[in-house]
Amino acid sequence: MTVRPLMRTPLHAANAALHARFTAFAGHDMPLHYDQGILAEHRWTRSHAGLFDISHMGVAVLTLNRPTGDPVADDLAVATALEALVPGDLRGLSRGRQRYTMLLNGAGGVIDDLMVVRVGPPGSLHLVVNASAKARDYALIGRTLAGVASLTPLTDQVLLALQGPEAAGALGLILPQATTLAFMDAGFQRFGPAQLLISRSGYTGEDGFEILAPASVAGALWAQLLDDPRVKPIGLGARDSLRLEAGLPLYGQDLDESVSPVEAGLRFVVSASRLHAGDMPGADRLKRELAEGPRRVRVGLRVHGAPARADAPITSGGQIIGRVTSGAFSPTLGAPIALGFVPPDLATPGVELSVLVRERPQPATVVPLPFVPHRYVRQA
Amino acid sequence: MRFTKDHEWITVKDGVATTGITAYAAGQLGDIVFVELPTIGKALKPGDGLAVVESVKAASDVYAPVAGEVLEINGDLAEYPELINQDPEGAAWIARLRLSDVSQIDALMDRAGYDAWLEER
Repeated sequence: MTVRPLMRTPLHAANAALHARFTAFAGHDMPLHYDQGILAEHRWTRSHAGLFDISHMGVAVLTLNRPTGDPVADDLAVATALEALVPGDLRGLSRGRQRYTMLLNGAGGVIDDLMVVRVGPPGSLHLVVNASAKARDYALIGRTLAGVASLTPLTDQVLLALQGPEAAGALGLILPQATTLAFMDAGFQRFGPAQLLISRSGYTGEDGFEILAPASVAGALWAQLLDDPRVKPIGLGARDSLRLEAGLPLYGQDLDESVSPVEAGLRFVVSASRLHAGDMPGADRLKRELAEGPRRVRVGLRVHGAPARADAPITSGGQIIGRVTSGAFSPTLGAPIALGFVPPDLATPGVELSVLVRERPQPATVVPLPFVPHRYVRQA
Repeated sequence: MRFTKDHEWITVKDGVATTGITAYAAGQLGDIVFVELPTIGKALKPGDGLAVVESVKAASDVYAPVAGEVLEINGDLAEYPELINQDPEGAAWIARLRLSDVSQIDALMDRAGYDAWLEER
């Protein structure tokens, strides 16, 4: 049996120097937390600025095989090509903007969730996909769009996230133009000899930025950001508890190929006009779910007692009626929270259910999402 | 103080044992957010589940180091689970047991043995 070694990001040595406790995630050796520990890192991000190395994620550029040279036509063509796989409106995605969407299978189930960014040369789109799904995503996109567009995974890059109420202040000292971005804007900015791709977005619910940088300047960028007393390094442990508090789904737990965007409570990703035209994978199911309601709905639960974790059964009146998909202790709320699927008639905030933890029922109350309000800066 | 390979510690006085998890285990688990304590009167064999200690991301089982009956549980852990990170081998004891057979303690590692065993693994 051959054991493949874990992949390291370009910042591995820098993370080790900061005493990162590493964990295996999606084939990568990633910081789970640093000296502060998960709870302190979580709280720091919500009150100051947390810096995350998320270079394990997949970043790729989709380009037309035969651009015409007409920017409007080329932008339209590459968006149209990718729309074959997603329910969102990509043709209407403006230059300098990013959109959250999903790759859907023919049954309307989610293959992966991703960001699509309109920056760079006409006829191209940047994609940011989950580490756990990137090989599969790239193969699917390559196969489906063959002959029209090609996908080039980017290498020798780092992807950083800077998140929290002081993120803009800290980033603005290094990259003044970054703070002119509003939520879901994206653009290139110069840092020394390099061009960085920056978006105002993240996975914590806080204001923040995601930064794609060549590995050659990664060390300098990382060090400069950490020089700011408002910024501390944060690992994947807190990244997970932060996104859970923000009600954001994790692919592989809250989303999988059986789950539709409507079931996931993410119907905003489905373009109404494209659905009306039947122009997306799984259109029949999505139309039916939007008209009649889905069989199950993702809800937030406030759990009373021990934390409920993924796969814990949810019961009502002694019957198992659903399943927890993500669960953990919420540092901000000081209580366990969970995401899970329940039948639509039990999906109203205030409904009292139970979750089985170590086979014992514990009370759980349906609560609105997000658990902790988002603080996106929609106008810079 | 004696130690198990599952990172429990145990001390004995007048036939009553006090047990908890070691500083090494607490360090490995990270921030503790919840402790599930046993019920008083529960009878345990060595290796039976004694408690569950939960960190932000996962639950870990704590096992009974020796046979005994639960006499007392540390109520402080219900309110302050983080006590385990602060003083795992002192104030954050988990349970006190009436021992069926005090000699079972002798078979466990002492501090030097536990430290050496940690070094080697």
